[in-house]
Amino acid sequence: MAASIPDRPIVNGCAANNAPLAPFADVLQARHRLLQAIRAFFCARDYLEVETPVRIPRPALEDHIDAEPSGDCYLRTSPELHMKRLLASGYPRIFQLGPCFRKGERGARHHPEYSMLEWYRAGADYQDILEETVELVRHAAQAVIGTALLPGTTGPIDVAGEWPLLSVRAAFVRYAGWDPVTECDPQRFDLDLMDRVEPALPTDRPTVLIDYPAYLGALARRKPDAPELAERWELYLDGLEIANAYSELIDSVEQRARFQVCAEGRAARGQAVYGVDEAFLSALEHMPSAGGIALGVDRLLMVLTGRRDLDEVLPFRNDN
Amino acid sequence: MYEVSELRKGLKIEIDGAPYEITDFTFAKPGKGQAIYRCKLRNLVTGSTQDKTYRSGDKVDQPSLAQRDLIYSYQDAEHYVFMEKETYEQIMVEADVLKEQHYFLIEDMEVKVLFFNDKAIEVSLPNFIEKRVVETEPGARGDTATNVNKPAKLDNGYEIPVPIFINEGDIIRIDTRDGSYNGRVNS
Repeated sequence: MAASIPDRPIVNGCAANNAPLAPFADVLQARHRLLQAIRAFFCARDYLEVETPVRIPRPALEDHIDAEPSGDCYLRTSPELHMKRLLASGYPRIFQLGPCFRKGERGARHHPEYSMLEWYRAGADYQDILEETVELVRHAAQAVIGTALLPGTTGPIDVAGEWPLLSVRAAFVRYAGWDPVTECDPQRFDLDLMDRVEPALPTDRPTVLIDYPAYLGALARRKPDAPELAERWELYLDGLEIANAYSELIDSVEQRARFQVCAEGRAARGQAVYGVDEAFLSALEHMPSAGGIALGVDRLLMVLTGRRDLDEVLPFRNDN
Repeated sequence: MYEVSELRKGLKIEIDGAPYEITDFTFAKPGKGQAIYRCKLRNLVTGSTQDKTYRSGDKVDQPSLAQRDLIYSYQDAEHYVFMEKETYEQIMVEADVLKEQHYFLIEDMEVKVLFFNDKAIEVSLPNFIEKRVVETEPGARGDTATNVNKPAKLDNGYEIPVPIFINEGDIIRIDTRDGSYNGRVNS
């Protein structure tokens, strides 16, 4: 059941009233309110809104994220590396809203072009970013649907209450019967995450999976007192992955080594290997410790408005 | 070979030497993790179905399939014989490929035949054909109700439910995809 979006004055023109975009009138209004709410939230916290290039020569090396080629460049899969260069040059609080692109990702919860919100804060870690995320989601819910109760699949999701933290280790031991921290098996991790862990997560409140095995935190810092873990968390709403946050890795030597391992893995699997972004690595040497996060805006909009398929919040899709 | 990222509903693939059609397809992927492609498959020869999961990087065989436009000629003991329009080449199709469809073959009808490694595996008929009813109970005069049916028989023995107002000798339109009555042609 789609959420009823509170009756407010139509902003910026008339509601669409002719097919085929008429079914999107509500979500267009809801998206407008969500974007306004995000900007108001960060401006009130003294963040600088930035834009970084969409078309880039060297996308971040990740094991399972492929960039869409664009001439002799690629479309960005995330603005992460450029935003960290801004952090390193003295902008301590920055956020960006804009399109990101991931090759071959198409399904009920994926679209190859989507809207991403990323923000970075100097001096913060992943716990600080979590506190900010809780406030942002509560603020967005009030602004978009006028309540803290999101219309979930199995009943309301209360974002105003406690947000339980579940360690990745505990979640896997409980729902999948093995410990991914002591047993390094990324393939089995992905399968069990989708088949066993995500479907078992509570749906009446947000859930945060926290402290990933270090081998699954490409750009995340290791936990100082538990180096087998990466300071990374993911937010789930209604079993749907909404956001990924790190305490950022600021050790350029370790970052280079991780890129190298990733590049070798990609080459072995026959995936494109992107060049190492040297400007990013040298910026990392001056980057203050920081927390950062990437949040899927279309997915958040889906959950806020009770839609079950990403296509329901995207008036224009790549295959229609 | 197909890249696994090319898979989609309706695509025909080959597994262990047999051709399959993907009848349902879902894509799942954790943000930083590996993509999983879940397929429901229908064997194009036997009709049996199965599930299969692929991961990113997997390769999938492409079946050697060809579709030809042919004309239906005649039936012999175990085959239906089709003809290539230009070359008059005759192509035999085994009866069990056609199953119920054979009731709807009409001489000189244009059909599309799907071949897998040069063997016919599927015949696509025009969606609608017209046939004469040769046997049915007389209908009540003036009764044009369409929600009450009675059995009728075609000249080839095919039995089909038709509305009460259909009479022997009437020509009816039949949907070949499900074998159902679609309308009366003459009056």
